[in-house]
Amino acid sequence: MGGSTVTPATPLASSPESPAADPASLIRENGQREVFCGLTSIVWLHRRMPDAFFLVVGSRTCAHLIQSAAGVMIFAEPRFGTAILGERDLAGLADANDELDRLVADLLERRPEIRTLFLVGSCPSEVIKLDLARAAERLTARLQGRVRVLNYSGSGIETTFTQGEDQALLALTPLLPASAPAERAQELLIVGTLADAVEDRLVTLFERMGIPVVHSLPPRRSTELPPVGPGSRVLLAQPFLSDTARALQRRGAQLIQAPFPYGVEGSRLWMEAAAKAFELDPERVATVLDPLVERGRKALEPHRQELAGRRLFLMPDSQMEIPLARFLSRECGMELVEVGTPYLDRQLMAAELELLPPGTQLSEGQDVERQLERLRAAQPDLVVCGLGLANPLEAEGIATKWSIELVFSPIHGCDQAGDLAELFARSLRRRARLHFN
Amino acid sequence: MELTLWTYEGPPHVGAMRIATSMEGVHYVLHAPQGDTYADLLFTMIERRGRRPPVTYTTFQARDLGGDTAELVKRSIADAVSRFRPEAVLVGESCTAELIQDQPGALAAGMDLGGIPMVSLELPAYSKKENWGAAETFYQLVRGLLKDQLPPAGEARPSPGRWRQEGRRPRVNLLGPSLLGFRCRDDVAEITGLLERHGIEVAVVAPLGARPADLQRIPQADLNICLYPEVAGPACSWLQRSFGMPVVKTVPIGIGATTEFLREVHAVLEMELAEEQLHEDQSRLPWYSRSVDSTYLTGKRVFIFADATHAIAAARIASRELGFEVVGLGSYSREQAREVRAAAAELGLEALITDDYLAVEKAMAEAAPELVLGTQMERHSAKRLGIPCAVISSPLHVQDVPARRSPQMGWEGANVIFDSWVHPLMMGLEEHLIGMFRHDFEFVDGHRSHLGDSAPAPVSTEASVTGASPMPEADPAAAIAVAVAAWTADGEAELARIPFFVRGKVRRNTELFARERGLAQIDAEALYDAKAHFSR
Repeated sequence: MGGSTVTPATPLASSPESPAADPASLIRENGQREVFCGLTSIVWLHRRMPDAFFLVVGSRTCAHLIQSAAGVMIFAEPRFGTAILGERDLAGLADANDELDRLVADLLERRPEIRTLFLVGSCPSEVIKLDLARAAERLTARLQGRVRVLNYSGSGIETTFTQGEDQALLALTPLLPASAPAERAQELLIVGTLADAVEDRLVTLFERMGIPVVHSLPPRRSTELPPVGPGSRVLLAQPFLSDTARALQRRGAQLIQAPFPYGVEGSRLWMEAAAKAFELDPERVATVLDPLVERGRKALEPHRQELAGRRLFLMPDSQMEIPLARFLSRECGMELVEVGTPYLDRQLMAAELELLPPGTQLSEGQDVERQLERLRAAQPDLVVCGLGLANPLEAEGIATKWSIELVFSPIHGCDQAGDLAELFARSLRRRARLHFN
Repeated sequence: MELTLWTYEGPPHVGAMRIATSMEGVHYVLHAPQGDTYADLLFTMIERRGRRPPVTYTTFQARDLGGDTAELVKRSIADAVSRFRPEAVLVGESCTAELIQDQPGALAAGMDLGGIPMVSLELPAYSKKENWGAAETFYQLVRGLLKDQLPPAGEARPSPGRWRQEGRRPRVNLLGPSLLGFRCRDDVAEITGLLERHGIEVAVVAPLGARPADLQRIPQADLNICLYPEVAGPACSWLQRSFGMPVVKTVPIGIGATTEFLREVHAVLEMELAEEQLHEDQSRLPWYSRSVDSTYLTGKRVFIFADATHAIAAARIASRELGFEVVGLGSYSREQAREVRAAAAELGLEALITDDYLAVEKAMAEAAPELVLGTQMERHSAKRLGIPCAVISSPLHVQDVPARRSPQMGWEGANVIFDSWVHPLMMGLEEHLIGMFRHDFEFVDGHRSHLGDSAPAPVSTEASVTGASPMPEADPAAAIAVAVAAWTADGEAELARIPFFVRGKVRRNTELFARERGLAQIDAEALYDAKAHFSR
């Protein structure tokens, strides 16, 4: 995991799939990576589940990373924190466990509204082999069900940026109640954090199409976990949930293969795939989707005019690069120079890869210096990259769009397609506006 | 194990990055896992740097741990040296790498780096923090680059007055300014100019903007100025011990400190200081502070929390130069705790030394200040408590790197401080006044427009008629209070004599007082008792 070669042990799709149109070439690199670690996901996860607390067991670096990545200090008492390991904890693990118990007790006393506590492993806690799974069991028993204590690793040695969400959701999957066989046929489970407003909208649309019950993972309340069971139909809203998807499949769930819901086309295919899995009347589905598609295209048009023909380079960062590249090339007319991704999960990306233009240059993993050499040689019109690279590239005269905004903004669904395109077009428009002579 | 929700300082390797990134020609190879590259954004986003920090991360992953991470370190060092051709290399590790004990410094020492000076950094990540890491890195770098110049033990120390015999201007170094330090860029310009006007040449500024070769010129100066002890303290002490270079430790923030600083520099350099150059016309702060408009600043209760340098300076300026009452003083700089405690003791206070922002907020609330001088975090805490605040110290926010020149040090720094501390207070006062005026007739229909008669008139004629009555009953809270304790005729008459803009407050306070004392009636005597009770 977190490496450049993730090969799932079990196939994701139960149906035999056609081999994806293989990109002409794939650059695999292993060197300095300019990406956040999985702890960063806490920044949006804690907002999704206001009754959960994320306690990183790590170092001052972990605490500093999260506050710097979030770029905020507006919280009176945030719902995330770091149990910073000191020299004493390193000297004796028994003491470290006692210390953790004491600290959790203090924390929960101060925050009685917390229902789920995630103990989040970090690089140091993994390296010293602090057993957070056992700590979680021990604490759950001690707290007698008042608070559920779970654990997962967001460490940089195992996870990148958005993979933290995958691991957090994976930790929740064993707790999902079994779905009632009678109701399964009626229920759709959407997996991946969505903005609340976007989620509400999608639920309404699915209802109109004829899917009466839509559940979400993560839920808005950490205790209201969605049911799952053999035959449950699962639709991924985010492209970075490989391990969660596999765990749900092990619970018998059926993963609906589809592109991800970015852009008009991706969102339509995503919703249609769900409709097909539920064997809904295609005409009724079209009645719901056609007007959305038409409106979405209209909203896209001004941004398409700005973006069409421009050359795009995506640095590996959020794991959303491939679906975004598909959207920006097919719906906005951009030319893809290189599409980087932290890791390539071919099965999860199968539907996306099929839609990429033939011969698209993909790269997996990163050696940032070499990638920047390729980037400078190519002189793209727009680069999607992380916060560490954006200003330096701008200073070199290359327009950028920071990728972290994409995980905080409502970008899913036909209704957001215009807004999504605007995020990229704005960088170019702004440059066109500025004159200092 | 310590619960941290937010931290004033990053880990010590971020301090090392501040030194490397502040300088030119230095490259830092950091043994660190994926994710630690986040620290780049501190420089590219907060400081808006147009260049990536000169840092190569080994980016090891879980699967590397079973294999040869030491090989990865060596490869990273070799790659960085051949790609960036630095003039000096720093080699170190972050918290996780410290645990796997590859000892990157020792590995680098065994490599052929083509004669490039290499400094190995050991920064204990589990006991130290960012400023300590910056100070240690700067010290190790200075020491490493000057090891060939060390004078033999027992050699006579150069006289700080030697510039006269050598027929040149006196030369000083400014040590300590760095990236992510508060207004360092502008302070360097200000102090360089100030010293120039006194005929003193600034030889080396470091680490900000210095190359390794510049650090090697440090001993050629007559004097080191420790502008920021958090970063340059250990290096200055070592230079004093090893090269006999005197150090001026007074940080020139504020009128008194700038004056003292100039006196000290002149004394050490055996120069005459023309007193007229200390004349307070150099800065507007003394006159602005004396001008009658500033009378309302008298005794304003101020709470201060910052790094040690800025906290100590702020306490002195607040208490002596602006006539405030310092009601709380603290710092997150544990390394300088002694100095902060001493400054607090002078003001009859006990210093708050902590890195728990919630403890700071609690102390702030208890001190009930009218102005907070703090970091960005205190700005947030003060906002929650409804207290005006000015930011005086790191950790930096993008707003703390203004486009305009905005020093804290020297004469112009004092001007900047006057404005930036007094303006939030004035706005606080305005808000307070608006709060009181709200109950007066001019405000019955909202704020009056500054456009006067040409503005669309609210229903104001009738309001001014009722407003003319001595007892406007616009305040429902007051009405309820009246039911508890009734105002007698002479009480009302006395209240009517009180200027309208404080009448509301006096009424509320008096009623509160009456309630607390169980008074059934409020007469003129009760009003004056209450006034005495609430006055400080």
